[in-house]
Amino acid sequence: MTTPRMLALTALLTATFAGAQAKTTLTVGVFPDLDSVVKAALPGFNKLHPEIEVKISSLAYADHHNALTTALSTGKGAQDVVAIDFGYIAKFAEGNGLVDLSKAPYNAGQFRNQIVAYTYPQATVNGKMVGMPTDIGPGSMFYRTDLLKKAGVKATDLNKSWESYISSGKKVVAANPGTFLLPDASTAASIIIRTGLKNGEGLYFDKAGKVLVSPDNARFVRAFTVAKQIRDAKLDAKAGAAFSPEWTTAFQKGNLATEFSGAWLVGHMQNWLAKDYTGKWNAQNLPGNTFASWGGSFYGIPEQSKNKAAAWELIKYLTTNKSQQVLAFKTTGAFPALKTAGTDKIFEEGVPYLANQKARILWRAATSKIQPIDVNRLDPIAEQIVNDELTNVLNGNKSVQAALTDAQRLIERRAR
Amino acid sequence: MQANTPARPAIQPRRTLGAQWDNFQRKNAPYIFISPFFLLFAVFGLFPILFSAYLSFQEWQPGSGLGDMKFVGWRNYTDNLTDPTFWQSLKNTVILAVESGLPQHLIAIPLAFAIHMALKRVQSLVTAVYFLPYITSIVAISVVFFTLLSWQYGAINAALVAMHKLPLIGGLFPAENVNWLGEKKYLQPAIAMVIVWRYTGWNVLLYLAGLQAIPKDVYEAASVDGASRWQQFRFITLPLLRPTMFLAVTLSLIGGFQLFEEPFILTNGSGGAEQSGLTTIMYMYRTYYQYSDAGVSAAMSWLLFIVIGVLTIINNRVFGRSGLAGRE
Repeated sequence: MTTPRMLALTALLTATFAGAQAKTTLTVGVFPDLDSVVKAALPGFNKLHPEIEVKISSLAYADHHNALTTALSTGKGAQDVVAIDFGYIAKFAEGNGLVDLSKAPYNAGQFRNQIVAYTYPQATVNGKMVGMPTDIGPGSMFYRTDLLKKAGVKATDLNKSWESYISSGKKVVAANPGTFLLPDASTAASIIIRTGLKNGEGLYFDKAGKVLVSPDNARFVRAFTVAKQIRDAKLDAKAGAAFSPEWTTAFQKGNLATEFSGAWLVGHMQNWLAKDYTGKWNAQNLPGNTFASWGGSFYGIPEQSKNKAAAWELIKYLTTNKSQQVLAFKTTGAFPALKTAGTDKIFEEGVPYLANQKARILWRAATSKIQPIDVNRLDPIAEQIVNDELTNVLNGNKSVQAALTDAQRLIERRAR
Repeated sequence: MQANTPARPAIQPRRTLGAQWDNFQRKNAPYIFISPFFLLFAVFGLFPILFSAYLSFQEWQPGSGLGDMKFVGWRNYTDNLTDPTFWQSLKNTVILAVESGLPQHLIAIPLAFAIHMALKRVQSLVTAVYFLPYITSIVAISVVFFTLLSWQYGAINAALVAMHKLPLIGGLFPAENVNWLGEKKYLQPAIAMVIVWRYTGWNVLLYLAGLQAIPKDVYEAASVDGASRWQQFRFITLPLLRPTMFLAVTLSLIGGFQLFEEPFILTNGSGGAEQSGLTTIMYMYRTYYQYSDAGVSAAMSWLLFIVIGVLTIINNRVFGRSGLAGRE
């Protein structure tokens, strides 16, 4: 090899090596289906940031959050960007494992006006914001048009009020033997618990941490009473929580007349849950002019991350870039948290699964009416206790008053 | 630099390298060979035990890193002892341990005896069949049992309701679907049934091993004396099987009190109707992962340890020292 060639090769190798050195490798921890959103985002993100290489590690929903808990507790093993579901955000917000995005250099507050209003308080505990909202789940009542038609019931009859939901529901079930109005009566209770909150109230605790659950709280009394009425009228399939085997089978067999859920349920229905019933489902607002949210996802940065700046770049791209948020919506059907993404023309289009109903406009309108809910670290405990007591009312002979008295006592015991 | 100074005064004759190596081997090699066990035990066995003991006196949210612990004395223990859900979970655990533990042995002992006496040729095949549930994946098991036990769509309910339509004996069967996993009174027997199904084969295996250790000539002598099969079982097999029974019952006891997978999966982790499927281990898991209360969770594990310890001692007393030694 001649000397000039040798020199050129050396220079080339050095350049390659230096280039490789400058590249930052960013790890992202997510759960399905959010992993497909991040995957779809990478080509666009790498155009903007060729110097950042992104590696996705995806675990099942619960495993991801458990692994993150372990990584944060030991201070080792967390990715640079971590996805957090709504159900876990308060828990992580309370500890010190995730960075406060409201502070410099992140200053997440700058995007506050661009993002759906109720999401920021969800990710903020004691002034500390640990997650940037990416998708939301505006609540919707899905209903089977064919079953309603057979009973001569209109969707508006069902969602006028909870009372008319029950009375019209009885007609639907009577006209369609073998069907149920909804999978589980407790869903109605959880919607009522989540709506009509006073400003500054959380679901179970007020701002000062005082327990709100009590036999004198109208919200809980009504929630329990309505659920009990539904169960006593034999309208529900007693399927327990969503995604239970009983719930899944009822959907697949087409035995459900309505279900309350986030807009994202359509994705599940068309892909596997109720494939055979395309065009027979429609969407409507929740009964009683109520608006509630079903989950939502956030991205956070663990304190242990060594690539915080690059991590924030990726999070900003995923959450505040309009075309990316629209792409995410197309990928999984998760509703964008970024308001401008909601103005995209795709939202004016009909949803093929819902017989081309323009349901997205309905959901977009609903997002602006959902009230922010204050989160509390003890929410999971309170939720468990309230659910247990609700089961006692639904399955047993416990009175609503006695159940709520016990629930209050049990939550207060833990809230020290 | 001391390299050139003589290392030691040559009082003793210097041993050869080989002899030194021999000496080293004799003295230290056994420790090196056995060290992997102790290292692994220290890391994966001893450390977690000590750490959980330490943790049980701290208030700690796992999400906030190791630095954020706060000493709270015995509060985690008193919190558990005054928690009605803890007591309920313990009660559920006891009920499930009894409901699932007793049938396992009542089925396994005669079954093992029958296989041992009558099915000599196909013994290994039969044992393998009974053992199969024990090594089957819990996820597969849950799918199968959900399909069987489902309230609206289950095979068991379909069969029962079909039987109800039969003439004469129809009245013995329910006319409506039974909500096996949704009602308190059915949930615990349903969970127990799955456990019995899963672990009976394991016990059969244990008892078969125990039976094979009983000398044949004892039975031959008994036959010569005119003892019936039942008398042989009652007066030879049962007494000589006592050490095996002690072992098997102890294992069932410990397993029963650490019950987690079956109730967790059959109730979707929820504990089921009126929390009647919530075992103490499930509650511990919930306290740690859902409630982020590691200290209370650790204290709960030590309370459970005490319960298991006491019960094992009682079990030891029931079967007695003679049980261990195989003497009457």
